[in-house]
Amino acid sequence: MSGFVASLITLGFLAQVLRIAIPYVLAALGGTLSERAGVIDLALEAKLLMGAFAAAVLGYETGSIAIGIAGAAAAGVAVAAIQAFWSVRLGADQVVTGIALNLGAFGFTRYLLGVRYGQGANSPRFDGVGTGVLTNPISWIAAALVALVVVGLGQTRLGLRVRAVGERPDAVAAAGVSVARVRWLAVLIGGALAGVGGAQLSLPVDGFVAEASGGRGYVALAAVIMSGWRPGRAALWCLAFGLADAVQYRMQTHGVGLPAELTRLLPYVLALVLLAAWPRRVAPPRALGQPD
Amino acid sequence: MTGRARTIHLAVVALLATMAVGSVLMIVAGASPLHAWGQLLRQTLGERQGFGQVLFRATPLVFTGLAVAVPLRAGLFNIGGEGQLTAAALACAVVAAALPPGLPAPLAVLIATAVAFLAGAVVGAATGAMRIYRGAHEVIVAIGLNAIIAGVALWLGNRSLFVGESTRTATIPAAAQLPELGLAGSSASVSALGALGVAALVAWLLARTRVGFTWRMTGQGLDAARAAGLPVDRARVWAMTVAGGLAGLAGAHFVLGHKHAYEDGLGRGVGFLGIAVALLAQGQAMAIIGAALVFGVLGQGGLAISSDVPKEMVDVLQAVVVLVAAASLGRRKR
Repeated sequence: MSGFVASLITLGFLAQVLRIAIPYVLAALGGTLSERAGVIDLALEAKLLMGAFAAAVLGYETGSIAIGIAGAAAAGVAVAAIQAFWSVRLGADQVVTGIALNLGAFGFTRYLLGVRYGQGANSPRFDGVGTGVLTNPISWIAAALVALVVVGLGQTRLGLRVRAVGERPDAVAAAGVSVARVRWLAVLIGGALAGVGGAQLSLPVDGFVAEASGGRGYVALAAVIMSGWRPGRAALWCLAFGLADAVQYRMQTHGVGLPAELTRLLPYVLALVLLAAWPRRVAPPRALGQPD
Repeated sequence: MTGRARTIHLAVVALLATMAVGSVLMIVAGASPLHAWGQLLRQTLGERQGFGQVLFRATPLVFTGLAVAVPLRAGLFNIGGEGQLTAAALACAVVAAALPPGLPAPLAVLIATAVAFLAGAVVGAATGAMRIYRGAHEVIVAIGLNAIIAGVALWLGNRSLFVGESTRTATIPAAAQLPELGLAGSSASVSALGALGVAALVAWLLARTRVGFTWRMTGQGLDAARAAGLPVDRARVWAMTVAGGLAGLAGAHFVLGHKHAYEDGLGRGVGFLGIAVALLAQGQAMAIIGAALVFGVLGQGGLAISSDVPKEMVDVLQAVVVLVAAASLGRRKR
């Protein structure tokens, strides 16, 4: 037990928390952008998964980490493009669209693994970015993006427009700005962020494993909601989920407390308890889920 | 468009999109679409054993499809079928295995089925209550519960319920086992008939009862239904409760009609597939039987051609159907 506690007050543990939190953080930033623009982002899971897949496969095939990360962003954008076309152009039900994309990504990644590598379980291993935090370019990208989204959404003209189309699309349209274009932009940028978050699920472990996203997209959306759709706070909530995840890993390795089957559930339990108990003082974007 | 025309329109568009995307996936995998679709249909609809397997696969999809359709009517989305099914299957297997010997078969089946329904209903009720009384999004809650239930079931199994070193509970007594239909050695069991009966019952519940009316009014306009004095909140929690019970029946189908025990991972994916089934059927209870058969053919046929095309193709096609339905659903609301 004392060994377990001591292991929590080390730099190694802090690094582990950050490493685990990065996919949550980037997905939550992406989710914040598209939800502030009025598009429900239940497709975060698909963006993380496709990002993880693209990063590992492109990284393995080209031997370039940079191409892997760029591919992850592109994969996230691709999912977001379908989502935006359905939500903004077709006026589809946004909840159902997101769920369709998540289900599709699960099947599509396994199908592609099967076609390319003859089995649907994982991609070939290669030298990824390693488990270090400071040596991992995604860490620095994530840190920069947190600042960029916080400032960009709060302080820039584009950020103002994104927030406006989520609250009063009619007013934006009356001012002569295309609501659809702003929403497309917000959803696509959000997709790129979540896609890069996915890269963190495969590059540090040297390959892609089927279903690597493991529900993190939904937990990230829970963080967005609990933050009151504010990117900085959403990132902080994601750090809390990363902390919960890291603690449960340490509990498993030190054999402390509950059995492994149950400690694994810590982030989910935390998300449900917080969703039920956390007081919501901030209303969601008024036009969330409403096509035009 | 009228309701019936819209249903047919959606089905046609969904099937065309499925065929188009499926053909592309076949070509990418290096197979000839004509040959692969031919094999897929021949080995499911063209032979008795294959058709029996289609029925076997369609049976739980009727239950999980209904489990999505009922809350959809009331304006709620049930993506918790996986957890509801798992909780129900485990409870059903444990109770059935503990039934006193000498219990007559109909009674044993009835008790085990009721336990499955109740266990699923409890999970559904919890999801609904979180949504209605705590304002937590039902999709996130259900996904969380799916993961939590899977973990707790595995823990309970490893701790005490699984037999020996296996990941399987004790076999249930013969009295609680549902007989097979005897279709050329396929796994189709009497539970297929149960699925037909339950679909008819749900159709009646939705169309002819007070609670069905309340669900429909709630789904069409929450504020209007509330202003009209309908017990909106209670009705919506009930919709999720009934849905959980229906998904639980899919768990009973696997335990009583097929595996005769609970196994880790039993019925995985069937809860999610119910979403595609319900949406393809536009939430119409009787149309769900047809939609379940379509996915039964795709699932079984996907296995039949899996040496040429990865069987996950079917999961992608399932998503295509849900995407088409999402577009139709959004337009109808406006």
